[in-house]
Amino acid sequence: MNNLRWRILLIVVIIGACLWAIIPPDQKIRLGLDLKGGVHLVLRVNTDDALKLETETTAERLREDLEKAGVTGATVRTLGPRAFEVIGVQPAQDALLRSSAAGVEASFNRESGASGAYRFVMKPNVAIDLARAAVDQAQQTIERRVNDLGVAEALIARQGTNDDQLLVQLPGVTDVARAKGVIQSMALLELKLVEQGSAPSREALLQATGGQEPAGTEVLPGIEGRVAAGERPQIVYFLVRKVPVITGRDLRSARQGPDSFNQPAIHFSVKSDGAVKLGKATRENINRRLAIVLDRSVVSAPNIEGQITDEGQISGSFTMQEAEDLALKLRSGALPATLTYLQQQTIGPTLGADSIRSGLIASLASLMLVALFMLFYYRLSGINSVVALVFNLVILLGAMSYIGATMTLPGIAGFVLTMGVGVDSNVLIFERIKEELEAQRGVRASINAGFSRVFLTLLDTHISALISAAFLFQFGTGPIRGFATTLTFGLISNLFTATFVSKTLFEIVLSRRQAQTLSI
Amino acid sequence: MHILKNPNFNFIKYRWHALVLSWVIILAGAGVVMTKGLALGVEFSGGTIVILRFDAVPGIDQVRSALDKTFPGGGQGVVVQRYGDVSQREIMVRVPHVGKESGTELVSAADDVTKAIAAANLGKFTVEGTEIVGPVVGQDLRTKGLLATVLSLGGILLYITFRFQLSFAVGAVVATLHDLLITMAFLSFFRYDLSLNVIAAVLTLTGYSMNDTIVIFDRVRENLRGMRRDNLNDVVNVSVNQTLNRTIITGGTTLLSVVALFFFGGEVLRGFAFVMIVGVLTGTYSSVFIAAAIVTFWRHGKGGSRIVASAPTTTPSARTAATARQRKGSRDGARAL
Repeated sequence: MNNLRWRILLIVVIIGACLWAIIPPDQKIRLGLDLKGGVHLVLRVNTDDALKLETETTAERLREDLEKAGVTGATVRTLGPRAFEVIGVQPAQDALLRSSAAGVEASFNRESGASGAYRFVMKPNVAIDLARAAVDQAQQTIERRVNDLGVAEALIARQGTNDDQLLVQLPGVTDVARAKGVIQSMALLELKLVEQGSAPSREALLQATGGQEPAGTEVLPGIEGRVAAGERPQIVYFLVRKVPVITGRDLRSARQGPDSFNQPAIHFSVKSDGAVKLGKATRENINRRLAIVLDRSVVSAPNIEGQITDEGQISGSFTMQEAEDLALKLRSGALPATLTYLQQQTIGPTLGADSIRSGLIASLASLMLVALFMLFYYRLSGINSVVALVFNLVILLGAMSYIGATMTLPGIAGFVLTMGVGVDSNVLIFERIKEELEAQRGVRASINAGFSRVFLTLLDTHISALISAAFLFQFGTGPIRGFATTLTFGLISNLFTATFVSKTLFEIVLSRRQAQTLSI
Repeated sequence: MHILKNPNFNFIKYRWHALVLSWVIILAGAGVVMTKGLALGVEFSGGTIVILRFDAVPGIDQVRSALDKTFPGGGQGVVVQRYGDVSQREIMVRVPHVGKESGTELVSAADDVTKAIAAANLGKFTVEGTEIVGPVVGQDLRTKGLLATVLSLGGILLYITFRFQLSFAVGAVVATLHDLLITMAFLSFFRYDLSLNVIAAVLTLTGYSMNDTIVIFDRVRENLRGMRRDNLNDVVNVSVNQTLNRTIITGGTTLLSVVALFFFGGEVLRGFAFVMIVGVLTGTYSSVFIAAAIVTFWRHGKGGSRIVASAPTTTPSARTAATARQRKGSRDGARAL
C-alpha cells in the first residue's frame, strides 16, 4: 500500500514537472524553422583561401628576409594554396637562403630542385590545423554577425563529411538577400599606402615601371570619388604597398554615421598598438594617399592631411543600409575564407502556420482514433491505455521542452508515430493478461504475469528501436535529427507509461476492491 | 473481446507463396526504377523549388508554358503542381537548375522562375517559400543515409544475436531489408519523391518492422522452452497465432495514426505518411512470412526440422535433462537460447 503511494507520487511529480515545462505551449515549445518560417542556409568555408593567405604571407616574408640578407636575383613565386618556390638562387648564396628559410620551415617542408630552385610545401598537419581554425573562425564570425543583426535563436552548426560546412538557420528572417550579404562578405579591411594612381587601366598604371609591379607592391581595382546612386561606378586601378598599415583586426569598433558631406560613412576606432602603427605611417606620409581596401578592392583613397592615430572614417558611395551593414561586418571581424552557398531554404511564415495546423489536426485525429479503438476493444482497461497515451504525450513534450529541442514537421510525425506504436506496448500487455485470465488464473495473478512476462519483450523491442534512433541521430542532418530526438524520448517515455504507469493504474483499482473479474 | 478466438492458421505453409509474391513486387519495383528512375527529392538531386501563392490560381498548363521560355524542354525537368489544400491556392514549381553554386547566384534559378511567371501575367502571387539545394549536399546526404541504414541494421543484428541467436537476427534483418525494398518499390509505383522526410519514414519503418518481428520471436523463444519436442515449424506457427490478435491490433492502430497523417497532415507529410502506410502493412506481413520463415529455413538447412534447445534459464525437469543427455554429442549440438 505504502509502495503504491510512492508510485503514485512519482508519477504525479513527473507529470507535473512535464506540464510545468510545456505550459503555456506557445512560449515553452520551440518551433523549428519549417514551422516558424525563416531562412536555412548551408555553406561551405573554402578553407583553401586561408591556406593561400598563409602561403602568400610566408612567401612575402621570406622575400623580404632574402632581400635583407643580401640574396640577389632570386624570385619568390606562389604555386598554389599550399606551396611556393624560390628560383634563381646563386650557388654561392645557397647557405644564406638556407639560413633565411629556417624560420619558414616550422610550417613548410623545403624541397631542393635543380639549379638553385627550392619548393616550399605546407606541412599536412599545419594545413589541417589552419583549415580547422578557418572554419572555427568563420563560424564565430558568422555568429557575431547574426547576433548583431538581431536574429533570435539563430543556429550555426558545423556539418559535412570534411567538417567544412556550416549550417545557418535564421528563424523569422525574411530578407534573405540582406542576410546572405551580411554573412557572406569577407569584410577584410586593409589600409594600404598608395604608391601610384589611380589610373584607368592596369597597363597605364604600370607604364612607368615597365609593365611590372615593383617588388612589395600590387595593383588593386577600386573606385575614385563619389558615385551617384544608380550610376555604374568607373573601375580604376591603384598601385599600393602589399603590406598593409593596419587591418580590420586592429579595429576596436566601427559604427555608421554621417561624414563631413553628410553622407553615410563608417566611423572606426583603432586599438592601441594599431594606433601606434597608423600614427607612424600617417606622420611619415603626409600628403600621400591611403587606400581603404575592402575585400581586395579600394573603396576610397583619401589624402593624408595630418597624423591619424586611433580614429578614422571610411567614406565611399554607401547607402545608409550598406554603411550600417559594413560597420556590422567590420565589428564582427573578417572571415578567414570565402564562403560558397550549397543550400538555401526559405519558409514563409504562412507556410509554416499551415504546416502546424495540419500537423496538429493529424496528431489529434490519430490520437482520438486510437483512443476510441482502445476504449471499444478493451472496455474499462482501455481507459488505462488512454491515460498512458496522454501521459506519454505530456512526458514527451515536457522532455523536448527541457532539453530545448525544436519541434519540426518530421518531429510532429514522430509524435504521431510514437502514439501509434506506444499503444503496442499496452496491447501486448493486455493480450497477455487476457491469455492468463483464460488460463483460469486470478485477476491479480494475471495482471502481474502479464506485466512481468511482457516486460522483457518490451525491453528488446525498445532497445532495438533505440539503436536505430541513435544511428539516425548520429548521421542525420537537420530534420532527421529532430525526428530521431522525438523518437528516442518517445521510446523512453513509452516504456515508462506502458509498464510503470499502467501497472500502477491497475493496482489502484485492485487496492480498492477485491476484483473477481476484469473488464478487458 | 477477441478479434480472433484461438486462431490457428498455418502460416508456414504459405511461406513459399509469400516469397514469390515479395520477389514479384521487388523486381517490379526494380524494373520501374530501372526504366523511369527513382524520383529523387530536391534534397538529393539538387535543384530549386519555389512555392507560390496566387490570388486566383491559374491553370497548371499556363504556368508550365510561362516557364517554357526560361527553362526550355519543360517536360523533363520542370515540375508544376498544385500544392497543399485547394483553399491555399498554392502552386509548387520545381526546376532542376540551381544557378551557379556560389554566392548570391544560388538564388538565380528561383528568381528566374518568379520572373517568368510574373512576365506571363497570371495574376498576383507571393513567394511562400523557396528551397535551393546544390549538388554537393545531395551526394553528402545519400552517403549518410545509406551509412545510417547499414550501421543501424548491423547494430540490431548484433543485439538480436546476443539476445536470441544468429538465425533470428538474420531473419529479422532480412525481413527489414525486404520491407525497405518493398517500400522503395511502392514509392516508385506511385512516383513519390524520395525526400528527407521520406527517408525518415523509411528508417522508422525499419524500427516498426523490427518491433513486430521481435514480438513474434520472443514468443517463439518462450514456446521453445515448453514445446521442445515439437517440430520447429509448429512452434513458429503456434507463436505467430498466439500473437496474432496483438499483431492485428497494433498494426491496425498504427495504420489508423498514419492514415490520419496521410489525410490531414498536409502536403509536406504526405510522402512520409504514404511510406508509413506501406511500411506498416509490409512490416506486419514480413514478420510472419519472411522473418519467421527464415528461422524455419535456417533450421532445415542446419539438419533436421527438430529444434534442440537447452534452456539454462529454466529449471530443467527430468524429461528435459534426459533429452539433453540423449542429444549430447549429436552433430547439431545444443544451442543455448
